[in-house]
Amino acid sequence: MKNATKALALTGVLALTLTACGDDSGSGSGGGDGDGALAGEGTGADCTIEQPVPVGAALSLTGAAASYGESQQKGLELAAEELDEVGGVTYELTIEDDQTDARQGISVFETLAEDSSIIIGPTLSNTAFQAQPVAQEASVPVMAISNTAAGITEQGDYIFRNALTEEQVIPQTVRAAVEAYDLEKVVVMYSNDDAFTEDGYKVFAATLEEDGIEVAETLTFSKADTDFRALLTEAANAEPDAIMVSGLIEAAIPLVTQARELGLDVPIVGGNGFNNPQLMAEAGEAAEGVVVGAAWNSASEGELNNAFKADFEEKYGHAPDQFAAQAHAAMHIIDEAVRVNCSGERDDIKDGLGQINELDTVLGTITINSDRDAEHEAVVQVIEDGQFAVLD
Amino acid sequence: MQQILNGVFLGSIYALFAIGFTLVFGILDRLNLAHPAVFAVAAFVGIELVVSGGLSIWAALPLAAILGALLGLVIERVAFRPLKGRPDAHFGGLIASIGLAGMFGALLLWRYGPDTRRFPPDTFPSTSFDVFGARVSLLQVVILAVAIVLMVGLTWLVAKSRLGRAMRAIAENPEAATVLGVNVDRITQVTFALSSALGAVAGVMFAMYVNSAQLEMGTAIELKGLAVMIVGGMGSLPGALVGGLILGLSEVFAIAYIGASWRDMAAFALIFLLLVVRPQGLFGKKRVREV
Repeated sequence: MKNATKALALTGVLALTLTACGDDSGSGSGGGDGDGALAGEGTGADCTIEQPVPVGAALSLTGAAASYGESQQKGLELAAEELDEVGGVTYELTIEDDQTDARQGISVFETLAEDSSIIIGPTLSNTAFQAQPVAQEASVPVMAISNTAAGITEQGDYIFRNALTEEQVIPQTVRAAVEAYDLEKVVVMYSNDDAFTEDGYKVFAATLEEDGIEVAETLTFSKADTDFRALLTEAANAEPDAIMVSGLIEAAIPLVTQARELGLDVPIVGGNGFNNPQLMAEAGEAAEGVVVGAAWNSASEGELNNAFKADFEEKYGHAPDQFAAQAHAAMHIIDEAVRVNCSGERDDIKDGLGQINELDTVLGTITINSDRDAEHEAVVQVIEDGQFAVLD
Repeated sequence: MQQILNGVFLGSIYALFAIGFTLVFGILDRLNLAHPAVFAVAAFVGIELVVSGGLSIWAALPLAAILGALLGLVIERVAFRPLKGRPDAHFGGLIASIGLAGMFGALLLWRYGPDTRRFPPDTFPSTSFDVFGARVSLLQVVILAVAIVLMVGLTWLVAKSRLGRAMRAIAENPEAATVLGVNVDRITQVTFALSSALGAVAGVMFAMYVNSAQLEMGTAIELKGLAVMIVGGMGSLPGALVGGLILGLSEVFAIAYIGASWRDMAAFALIFLLLVVRPQGLFGKKRVREV
């Protein structure tokens, strides 16, 4: 009994010492060895780092968000391969499954924080709010690739994001629609019992006011509503040039169908809730003329984007989506950040990320702002012939 | 004008739902709270028949009605029959049917998951007409026609047919009906089957009308159905139709003139008002409690 207690105490002490060691190497010195082995020579394109830079990613590979996570994994792996071919710096990608579960996300982050120079993910904003503080605590930079919620990067100075927020996309969407359709008078509709759609509405309202577009009517509904005929009749009576809607996809589909049924054929401009292929699949003809902004569009032409689409198709046998594109861009942003100081150490990457300025990626030209959010032009899409096309 | 029509068509769906609901109540004096679950099950199965089964809506609708009838038999057999002889059978059946509704809901979740389902966009021809400057779709006309035909048909059935006479005999006095040679159990089963078939038709129509079927769609319409029953007069078939239309119209006008958040308040304000002015409902008969 006495021996057992002694052994236990000893193990405890040992564990404490080990943890302390881990902390030492963790703070600021990047992956495991703590002797600055990840610092290289040269700058920018000539940068050479001996060891591979460890990059961790927490993605939802199973569970409700698995389809997104799978796309992200493919985007990351494709980008890592491309970067290996460039030479000088190689990346050792470790992808772990957060199972679309916030608690699992935390433990994945804890594991990845031990050896990674930077962590990518997690897939959902929800999980991000729980897991990212783990990385912030351990001074590991994070690149969020699909979290659009407000407040993600406010969690700490190690948290970066390359996904566009509603505040970034909606004003661009509204302005593109106003220009394309010569809008003067609009009706705004939103569900007022959901935080996400209410925030979206505020951005719509602010943009319209700023640009002096007349808002003939502001109508609210509930996120559980499916019968919009009475509201849409009110909207039609105002004879608007367009309807702007902040709602989730659940409401978007019946709303769009019923609007067309009532003969309301004006453009319908939606927030990110409308950015879903379900809209064309399930609303059919009625979805034609719906305008929605996105971080990436498969139809946008550009040398980088065309190459990405071709390579992705060749490697995986199907076309990439926005999630794959954002993941792909993230790896290239990280590579750029590593090359700024030619170092895979955590704080050097963090510093490098802050200096990203007008970097060409598949998403467009990206600059990371002082809030650690990526800024780039959104692609404003319009549904034409059952597909998202670029609005111009 | 458009808003009046919006109200009429929404109301005809409420009526369709409430006619089945009120049939069991009026004849058997039982409140079947599994009725809303049948509404939801039929919508999901109807969608599956069209999407996976490749059937047209005209084939899927009768199949859904048959499924509804079968579910009605199950409800009667499982939730109501075992409690028949007990003094608190009304209350017992009510609670048992809530339980059964929960089970139907769980089965739906297991089979279809939590996501919203829809009919494919081209299930129903998207033809529409101009009526006094308002737009009316073919689907809306069909829904209204179905509601009226079913209401008239049922009223005739109850008033004139042999089956209806037996039903009315049971409604009057089940014991006396037995003595007169009416097979009470049979008639009870038929009433449940008929009621649930109507609920199923309403479910499929509603899912088409709003272009979505959700697990909670039954719960959402349950209170509306009760409101329609109370407004129309408990157990009255024409009352269910008129009550449905009144509710639909008041909801639409509440949305148009007050705001969408007030749509449910209109329904319940209406009930309160009516209960004060005319407690037996618009078409209800005064019930005299005999001691």
